[in-house]
Amino acid sequence: MANQDFSVTVSPHIFDKSSKKRIMGYFLLALLPAAGYGVYFFGARALFIIVVSIVSAVLTQVLMQVLLKRKVKVDGSAVATGLLLGMILPPTVPLWMPAVGAFFAISIAKWAFGGFGYAMFNPALVGRAFLVAAWPALMTAWINADGVTAATPLWALKAGGVKMASYSELFIGNIGGCIGETSALLLLVGGLFLMVTKIIDWRVPLTYIGSLFVLAYVLGKDPVFQILSGGLILAAFFMATGYEGMPLTKKGRVIFGVGCGVLTVIIRLYSGLPEGVTYAILLMNGFSPLIERWTRLKPFGFVEKVNKNE
Amino acid sequence: MTSFLLNKGIYLPHLELTENSKIEVLSAQRRVIIPLQQHIGKGCQPVVKAGDSVKEGQKIGKSDGFVSASVHSSVSGRVIEVKEWLHPMGKKVLSVVIESNGKDEGFKENKSADKLGRDKLLSIIKEAGIVGLGGATFPTHVKLSPPKEKKIDTVILNGAECEPYLTADHRLMLEYSSEIVKGLKVLMKIVNAKNGFIGVEDNKRDAIKAIKKEVGSDNNIKVVSLKTKYPLGAEKMLIKELVGRVVPLNGLPMDVGVVVNNVGTAKAVYDAVYLGKPLIERVVTVTGNVNEPKNVMVKIGTLVRDLVKECGGYKGSPKKLIMGGPMMGIAQSSDNVPVIKGSSGVLVLGDAEEPEERECIRCGKCVDYCPMNLMPITIARFGRAERIKQAEEYYATACFECGICSYVCPSKVPLVKWIKYAKEKIRESKEGGVK
Repeated sequence: MANQDFSVTVSPHIFDKSSKKRIMGYFLLALLPAAGYGVYFFGARALFIIVVSIVSAVLTQVLMQVLLKRKVKVDGSAVATGLLLGMILPPTVPLWMPAVGAFFAISIAKWAFGGFGYAMFNPALVGRAFLVAAWPALMTAWINADGVTAATPLWALKAGGVKMASYSELFIGNIGGCIGETSALLLLVGGLFLMVTKIIDWRVPLTYIGSLFVLAYVLGKDPVFQILSGGLILAAFFMATGYEGMPLTKKGRVIFGVGCGVLTVIIRLYSGLPEGVTYAILLMNGFSPLIERWTRLKPFGFVEKVNKNE
Repeated sequence: MTSFLLNKGIYLPHLELTENSKIEVLSAQRRVIIPLQQHIGKGCQPVVKAGDSVKEGQKIGKSDGFVSASVHSSVSGRVIEVKEWLHPMGKKVLSVVIESNGKDEGFKENKSADKLGRDKLLSIIKEAGIVGLGGATFPTHVKLSPPKEKKIDTVILNGAECEPYLTADHRLMLEYSSEIVKGLKVLMKIVNAKNGFIGVEDNKRDAIKAIKKEVGSDNNIKVVSLKTKYPLGAEKMLIKELVGRVVPLNGLPMDVGVVVNNVGTAKAVYDAVYLGKPLIERVVTVTGNVNEPKNVMVKIGTLVRDLVKECGGYKGSPKKLIMGGPMMGIAQSSDNVPVIKGSSGVLVLGDAEEPEERECIRCGKCVDYCPMNLMPITIARFGRAERIKQAEEYYATACFECGICSYVCPSKVPLVKWIKYAKEKIRESKEGGVK
């Protein structure tokens, strides 16, 4: 046999089957039940909002890749951002809003930072925060399933101290709110699926929800109501767990989750806003690099420097 | 027993093709190429020249450094030339090319080997050119001569051949269990250790059984069945798993009173002490895309090309040739390289699956599974950006390149490559800085 030439690469030479594609696929799959329920509950308009949001996100992704002269690749991440944004919008918004929100999310929150893997803030939440800041009235026009104007449970609580929904209504999803956040049950199903498949780190939702529960209880609020109402479950499982905005270390993720929980309670109870998850997570996203540095791992066999002479 | 690897490390697919193939002794090839550097440390000086006739087992390279090991001819015949030859580590190394005359010389058995003292045993091992056969090729006599203040109480034999495909140690334990146990006893005697451990992964039950039988009622030696989890065969992980001690970050096993040797090394020690035979052959698993995957007893210096031919040749069109296992092995540019003391396997991959690299998504899997508890992606990013100081602050030098991070990465970022790069830069900056 002649001098056979072989390709030379650095080890390892075998790889597991995990892929970005699979992670994104599972993530989208886990969101579908809750998104589907939102459409069922609020009607076709909710579907249009979600679709516009996704289409805008994907188009913005392509546009940015062209502008930045990157290889044009449509991957699941833009779809996920679009879907998530659609799910955290009220079902009453005019259709140009998801389009603008998704454009902002992808162009500013993602590509201005350098793209996937370099973004710091959850793009969908950035998109929502932008829309809330720019068009506050439109972002808070709530309806119930019959299309009748109605406050969300958290608004009602804030405005008049009225609890307008029972636990079971909150849990099953028979309440007003954003498109995807009404059914705690279906969100939990999706969230558990992602935890079992190890797509998301269980530490984040657990410490987020857990710390919120404890703090709400200590402050004399109904902790179960605080958990089931608003976008908490959606946020804890699908947005706080966003890879871009949380620390790489396990300890860091615990701190991150607790921080999200504490900030959510503080914003809900002491600010002018009824809902706090958006800003709580975005703030913690900002802290994430710092937390990661604080919790830098010590390697196996690390010994604190004592005296070197034995 | 505490299990360090409870949360770290990974289960790799079972890809062994040769676990049931008996070790075949490969007849000596016409020509062997014996590199004068087959170990970590200082290389050897040749003591033969072109035209000299040599005998099997004759010393052809002498070591003068402390961390060094002699090199012997693996065949009888004539030295053709002494010249630079491609080495499995990727560079050219001065090597002795010998043409065999096909004669077996035989070696002088030592009937009274059991009575030999510590110093004599140590010098036999040194003379025999024995190095760690697990792949690290650290000279064994150096390992067995710790400074006085380091008390050694435990000798561990590493039988946790943890990389997929490789079965050389597995078969060796099965077929040479008596030699291995005797070799362990010699090692224990040299460092004056009370306890001996042989750690074997539980996917080699037959080997565990064979070794246990050989150990018999000797209470000082424990045969321990280990979970088959990668990288349990790594020295530091194995020590933690077997005796619960943690080797300090920049330390050595002897810092915690332990000496670790590969089972193959124990067999080489037996050969040297009892049979008077220097380290001139070893078991190599030839596997993957070859027509007849086998475990073969190979003379050191045999060309991989000849070895593959003996195993039925390449199957299909081979794309990658690896010396060692699929996780840590070194890809070769050519099969015109010799088998050296540290060659545990020759792996041929036909479908060189070079996955396309994508952007890191910060999923943190590399961090979760790293057995050294490092942050691979952080180090790799610093390495790539030439931010060498930061890479060092994240303990780049603690990485032993097990390959798990690259293996599990969903974006297939070549993490090991960039960490290696960072390590190299750190070393360069140290060397430049000391002066």
